[in-house]
Amino acid sequence: MLSYLARRLLVAIPTILVIITVAFFMMRAAPGGPFDLERPMPEEIRQNVMAAYGMDQPIWKQYVDYMAGIARFDLGPSLKFRDKTVADIIAEGFPVSATIGALSISLAVFVGTIMGSIAALRQNSAADYTVVGISTIGIVIPPFVMGPILALLVGLHWGLLPTGGLDPRYGMTVERLILPVITLALPQIAIISRLMRASMIEVLRSNYVRTAKAKGLPAASVIVRHALRSAVLPLVSYLGPAAAALLTGSIVIEQVFQLPGIGRQFVQAALQRDYTVVMGVVILYASLIIILNLIADLLYAALNPKVKYD
Amino acid sequence: MGIMRQAGGLALAGIAALALNACGRSNVDSDSVVLHRGNMAEPLTLDPHKASGTWENNIIGDMFIGLFTEDAAGETVPGMAESWEMSEDGLSWTFILREAQWSDGEPVTAYDFEYALRRILTPETLANYASVLYPIRNARPVNVGDMAPEELGVRAVDERTLVIELEFPAPYLPGLLTHYTTFPVPRHVVERYGDAWVQPQNIQTNGPYRLVDWRASNFVHVTRNELFWDNENVCIDEVFYYPTVDNAAAERRVRNGELDLITDFAGQSLPFLRQQVPDYVRVHPYLGIVYFSFNTTLEQFADPRVRNALGMAIDRDFIAENILRAGQIPAYSFIPPGVDNYPGTARIGWFDAPVEERRRLARELLEEAGYGPNNPLRFTYTFRATGDNPRIAPVVQQDWQLIADWVQVDIQVVETQIHYSNMRSADYELGDGGWIGDYNDAYNFLFLAETESVPMNYTRWSNEAYDTLVAQANRTIDAEERGRMLAEAEQIMLDEMPYIPIVYYVNKSLVNPRVTGWEDNIVHIHRTRWMCFSDLEDGSAEG
Repeated sequence: MLSYLARRLLVAIPTILVIITVAFFMMRAAPGGPFDLERPMPEEIRQNVMAAYGMDQPIWKQYVDYMAGIARFDLGPSLKFRDKTVADIIAEGFPVSATIGALSISLAVFVGTIMGSIAALRQNSAADYTVVGISTIGIVIPPFVMGPILALLVGLHWGLLPTGGLDPRYGMTVERLILPVITLALPQIAIISRLMRASMIEVLRSNYVRTAKAKGLPAASVIVRHALRSAVLPLVSYLGPAAAALLTGSIVIEQVFQLPGIGRQFVQAALQRDYTVVMGVVILYASLIIILNLIADLLYAALNPKVKYD
Repeated sequence: MGIMRQAGGLALAGIAALALNACGRSNVDSDSVVLHRGNMAEPLTLDPHKASGTWENNIIGDMFIGLFTEDAAGETVPGMAESWEMSEDGLSWTFILREAQWSDGEPVTAYDFEYALRRILTPETLANYASVLYPIRNARPVNVGDMAPEELGVRAVDERTLVIELEFPAPYLPGLLTHYTTFPVPRHVVERYGDAWVQPQNIQTNGPYRLVDWRASNFVHVTRNELFWDNENVCIDEVFYYPTVDNAAAERRVRNGELDLITDFAGQSLPFLRQQVPDYVRVHPYLGIVYFSFNTTLEQFADPRVRNALGMAIDRDFIAENILRAGQIPAYSFIPPGVDNYPGTARIGWFDAPVEERRRLARELLEEAGYGPNNPLRFTYTFRATGDNPRIAPVVQQDWQLIADWVQVDIQVVETQIHYSNMRSADYELGDGGWIGDYNDAYNFLFLAETESVPMNYTRWSNEAYDTLVAQANRTIDAEERGRMLAEAEQIMLDEMPYIPIVYYVNKSLVNPRVTGWEDNIVHIHRTRWMCFSDLEDGSAEG
């Protein structure tokens, strides 16, 4: 187990290096640069600015300098935000995105598992059709439609909740998080309930569940202790990358609800060619995916007696 | 199964409880008068020397005041300047400063101004908007590092006397001196903290507000500066500025009372908003123009006949009334109406011809230039992916193709950043662009076509008569005479048509009718110090 963990972590290092390298050169290959503005600077000033950020150097030199910075855990300054470093920007935006993402994924797992299980247990009943119907709606209505609808209905029409932003004094209050979390969770609820329904149906037909029933175990115990445990396995493999995607922020949610998360920052930075910010978020995203996938694999082993790591 | 039903019920109950809990909270928690301003985008900096966006100006200009400032109507009025005098040749201005203090009680002196102007022009400051100050003597050589900052034509004679020397007489200097690049900075603070002087814990200001907090992408929070000279006439105690990048979301937040005002909304929303919240909607002509720029280094666009033909075929009225739909004015000149000290007499020659007539004329011009069925005119029109631009593109493509079937136009959308980079390096054929004046003066538009403005002169058009006239005008002290010469230059530009004027911008705001002291104006600058709330003004003046 421990050696498996060590091996996986060792493999992660070259993986991240490759990702950084590819991202670095792709970013530089994109046309336009961070200092192409509506009001261009006089050429001399532009040269000064480029030199100040080391962008007058040959590209390989910039790459070496950047990697040296990474080795010192220095992500560099933002090329656009004059008073901030990349670390500042991530430190300010990531907690917001991570909170919303974590709450959404928890809500989605909770609701989705229950809905999926109910549908599986009562296959082809009204409850089943309701769940399938809801999850289809959840998948076909994207967040950029659902978000504004919820904001208009709950926020503007019924006046129950603010339509966007964080509380200026208290930050992430419950009332500010409800709508974005629900909007972000809905498609996940849909996906998870369908995954859950399918695998639950399969498990319920398996021999060991039949055995458990035959032993005379109460239905609740059969489902919770035997069926559920193997039925969540496909969910676990799905959740690793899904959680990473949600934790690093959703541009749509952050745009629609005007939240200061890292997802919006990432897209903005890419469009404006703020190279260092893009790189910083890519590194964060890559690390999260690797870590969460690892956790998913370990969980998988813990839940599935057929899988052993050594 | 019973267990699960219960669990589901609990979850629903929990969400309902949260929702109920939320309603009980009010966002007023003190007697403080708070204004919530939607402010377009996240400021990249709050250092007046590094800023370049109008949304940054909205915040910075509430914290700092230069020699001149804007009143509620956007007119230039004295700020830190108590009195001033211009020398006879118009090249030297002497300002007497009012007595004022920084928010830490230190006096604001002429030395702070001298320090600030030297700082912004020092190459190491990396100020990307410093070129707006080039009318000041030696500003350009100092900015590019050819001269020491001490040689800049700005001199503090004593604590309250400042002399500014110019390269050429610039009668619009007071207007320029409202610009944030000319704001004073507290020398004692900047020298102590360096670039970190703008951090909330370090910054000192001379305007009505001082910085309390800046949460990235969330808000900037400022509060009353008790030491501001006109503090007693300032009504609003605190201001929150929120980046409102998504227009639809920002509109909802104003309608829901979460924001008191926003300074932009989508043109398409206008009819809807006029119906829903008519007394919120504010639309006013803006000091800016949407134009198309020809790359005149290309053989086909080197010919003014071709440029004119393509310019006259565009149905501006249709674009303004049916596409943009927010009161934009079709543009038949390059300088927007309402610019100070400017006659505004220049017009495109064919401005009053009906569009069918113009199309016929355009065809004749193109045929004269040698185009026809055997020699089709082919070009690509590139436009920015933002705002209304993608909706204009197919309309103008159609307009051009209606001239004749041998006019063949490709349209291509380009990401904004790349578009500007291409235009700067003249790597485009015909492209769209926009210009919003930095200050209220005709030259701030006309310089875009000067030969020496390359690469900002995206057209690469170069006309000796034009350059000479503009240069002469800038040496003329008499404002009326200068205006006349600039108008003559504008006429040359319009006749030659390196840029096609399309429409003049309008500024679009939603302002809660509770907010008083807001006046629509051409520069679209609305300083918070002039604003208040009607329910506070109607009652007594206490509190």
